[in-house]
Amino acid sequence: MKSAQSIASINDFVIKFANVNGSGSASANELFARAVMRMGVPVAPRNIFPSNIQGLPTWYEVRVSEAGWLGARGGCDMMIAMNPQTWDRDVASLDAGGYLFYDSTKPMPASKFRDDITVLGVPLTAMCNREYTDPRQRQLFKNVMYVGALIALLDMEFGVAEALIVDRYRGKDPLIQANVHALRLGYDYVRAYLPCPIGLTIRRADAVGDRIFIDGNSACGLGAVYGGATVTGWYPITPSTSVIESFTSYCRKYRTDPDSGHARYAAVQAEDELASIGMVIGAAWNGARAFTATSGPGISLMQEFFGLAYFAEIPAVIFDVQRGSPSTGMPTKTQQSDLLACAYASHGDTRHVLLFPENPYECFTFGALAFDLADRLQTPVFVLSDLDMGMNESLCKPFDWDDSRRYDRGKLMTYEELEAGKDFGRYLDVDGDGIPYRTIPGTHPTKGAYFTRGTTRNAYAKYSESGADYVYNMERLRRKFDTAKNLVPAPVLHAASQPTRFGAIHYGSTSPAMAEASALLEADGIHVDTLRVCGFPFCDEIMQFIADHEQVFVVEQNESGQLRSLLINEGEIDPKKLVRVLHYDGSPITARFISSRIADALSDRKISPIRKVAS
Amino acid sequence: MTYLAKPKLLSADAPKNALGYTRRDYEGAISTLCAGCGHDSISASIVQACFDLDIEPHKVAKLSGIGCSSKTPDYFLGNSHGFNSVHGRMPSVLTGAALANRNLLYLGVSGDGDSASIGIGQFAHAMRRGVNMTYIVENNGVYGLTKGQFSATADKGSKSKKGVLNSDSPIDLAALALQLGATYVARSFSGDKEQLVPLIKGALRHNGPALIDVLSPCVTFNNHSGSTRSYDYVRQHNEAVNRVEVILPRDPIETSYPPGSLRRIVQHDGSILHLRKLDVDYDPSDRIGAINHLQERHALGEIVTGLLYVDSSAQDMHSHLNTVEKPLNQLGDAYLCPGSKALEALNALLR
Repeated sequence: MKSAQSIASINDFVIKFANVNGSGSASANELFARAVMRMGVPVAPRNIFPSNIQGLPTWYEVRVSEAGWLGARGGCDMMIAMNPQTWDRDVASLDAGGYLFYDSTKPMPASKFRDDITVLGVPLTAMCNREYTDPRQRQLFKNVMYVGALIALLDMEFGVAEALIVDRYRGKDPLIQANVHALRLGYDYVRAYLPCPIGLTIRRADAVGDRIFIDGNSACGLGAVYGGATVTGWYPITPSTSVIESFTSYCRKYRTDPDSGHARYAAVQAEDELASIGMVIGAAWNGARAFTATSGPGISLMQEFFGLAYFAEIPAVIFDVQRGSPSTGMPTKTQQSDLLACAYASHGDTRHVLLFPENPYECFTFGALAFDLADRLQTPVFVLSDLDMGMNESLCKPFDWDDSRRYDRGKLMTYEELEAGKDFGRYLDVDGDGIPYRTIPGTHPTKGAYFTRGTTRNAYAKYSESGADYVYNMERLRRKFDTAKNLVPAPVLHAASQPTRFGAIHYGSTSPAMAEASALLEADGIHVDTLRVCGFPFCDEIMQFIADHEQVFVVEQNESGQLRSLLINEGEIDPKKLVRVLHYDGSPITARFISSRIADALSDRKISPIRKVAS
Repeated sequence: MTYLAKPKLLSADAPKNALGYTRRDYEGAISTLCAGCGHDSISASIVQACFDLDIEPHKVAKLSGIGCSSKTPDYFLGNSHGFNSVHGRMPSVLTGAALANRNLLYLGVSGDGDSASIGIGQFAHAMRRGVNMTYIVENNGVYGLTKGQFSATADKGSKSKKGVLNSDSPIDLAALALQLGATYVARSFSGDKEQLVPLIKGALRHNGPALIDVLSPCVTFNNHSGSTRSYDYVRQHNEAVNRVEVILPRDPIETSYPPGSLRRIVQHDGSILHLRKLDVDYDPSDRIGAINHLQERHALGEIVTGLLYVDSSAQDMHSHLNTVEKPLNQLGDAYLCPGSKALEALNALLR
């Protein structure tokens, strides 16, 4: 059946599971991914799913990479083809020499296969029907059974998967036994009837270390807990909803008063995104740390409130888990396309502070930091994640927290200061950093109250339509934004192995693909320094990086090059100097894509060496 | 508009309340509304109510949206924090503020455009959620700042100053609030402070969402013949179901009423509402009856005022959310941050 050389690889390949949405495959697929990790081999799994609850095709892609590359790779070495609807394209998507695993209960005509792949059939349905009578059990255990089969085919340790099942269902012995039994059935069948292992194998390694495995949204929710958030107003929207689910579930665990059982937080599902950001702004005005989580359409709806919070100088934290846009766009696909909508959100001259985490670890740390920055700067702070980072579990360094750290509540004027007669001008730049002092409602019976408004006012918060008052305020806001430059996380430089005239700037979830692309390019003798931008406003180091290179590639996941536009606008950069490398079809950007685009661009400029990188 | 600034110093014999404050301590900046605007009477009623109840001004947060009515919080309670937010969105901002600190009194001031037109969604949901607030709608049926367009509370068939007939059905915010679960619902008239002040006092002492729909004629754009929101029209069609007096636990009860003419309602905080019945059959504890009554009388062209409904055992949003007694904005780091040990344990679960 096979004529091409079968792919042979240890600890470095991509397996894709083609399933039907709602069939219970997710937990079985995750079991497989975790089993690989428990054998010390890093994995980078990704869900590719439709905007649908049940019945449509869904894929789970597991990249196995002992080298530790966590970006999407592209291609497919082995397909677990469990969805008849997508059979043809699943078979077609296999790399030559790849492996096709399928349910062989019903015979398939030869025309449905390819002659350059290895076909591995296991009669899963027949085995399930023999074993179980309940239709739901037949479905669920079929999933576990193919994991058992894979354990055998890839020469993995059965005990590792078994231990994972024991962990997962601890205390529920019947479930443990049933799942292990199904796992064993798949495993034993393969051992008895199929040649195994195949060319792809997992070999125990020690490349995972102490890293943890978590999705970005869970980490954002945890970051909000550690950042001291007590109020969230939110509205459900894919792919951000699980940020709130995570926050409330960690709050139930960590923020339930042990004596009274009362909650030290409040989460209110709002009627829409306008109300959710309104609640956040009301709570933050009143001195609580408050946040919301949303995605592109929500960002659009919240625009007016962002302008209010910017101009009235009220802290707010917004987790924007970006998805395919514009409009409803591709709700279950990833993009980095809200950058400009957030940076300049609302009408008039507004600028907002943005943080760009690269992985769940930074979703946690930047998420917590956002609350300090919002209080310090008295302005909305956006944490820009995306669907790829937010909804897929990823390996990252373990979370840490310095117990000596105290929340920075910013410039709050106290009862004592007011009582002592300290001058309070709500919009007065006392310290020259553009940041005024504020009072929290209820601070003092007769001093420090002021009227918050989105209309113009003087430095003492009195209504004013005077041009001079307006200009004073706008100039102060500009100074405040400059202050923010040095408060957002610094960019991360990765220098090429030798000096080069070329640089690449990227941010967020592009990071793992960019790191791998650099290595691919280096292997081909192309040297590119990379700089990962972690926040906006852009600090001087970013502009210096651009100045130091002849040509800078701006690698991002949107159609127009929004980061590039922002760099040009804010840094007054010659547009010719910044070359777009754009990936925006809704799938996560890959190292192969980045490296081939950069290699092509440099070969057009007759930069040697010009060997093309396979795409 | 009031052109003369009020003198800062009062005579020494100006009446003081139990906190030692005079009425002046509850006033705000000088109003910039038109002379004779109903809204200024409402501001004065709020000042009177807060003075009478010995409310510490800094324990009140006053919030509004956009419009003539929403400008008024600048003109009362100058020692309270105020927030003039965005059009139609005061309810969500107030909700957030109330979540942050359950110990302040929340006073939302809005208009008919702000609440019934652009803000009807947020109005509805704040009522549903049981936000503990006094929500005053200064209802004149017209957009003042943009010069005389109809709002969503304007009666069908009423005539604008320019002579245009309104063909859209009106929204009755009091009826809507009843349907949506508000637990204190009243309607009043800015020209009748004797009725309005006690209604505001009762609302401020209520535990839950309290709506007062105050008909407040716009002297500039909606006080002509053919308008159903003019001073004359409202006076002629005002049908009060009761008169309220708010008795605090500390007050001696001296009033005497003929038997059957008084209803006594004890609120959650111990304050007592004395309702003198004007309509003997009207029952302010019957939500459905109240809705029916409003609709029947509206069909007859009457404007029903008074305390329309009160649920004295109401619970608010914080009890639904089971939040801690201490205001969330006062919880220290130690109560909020789980710390490094918890994180280490969590890390172990994530491997």
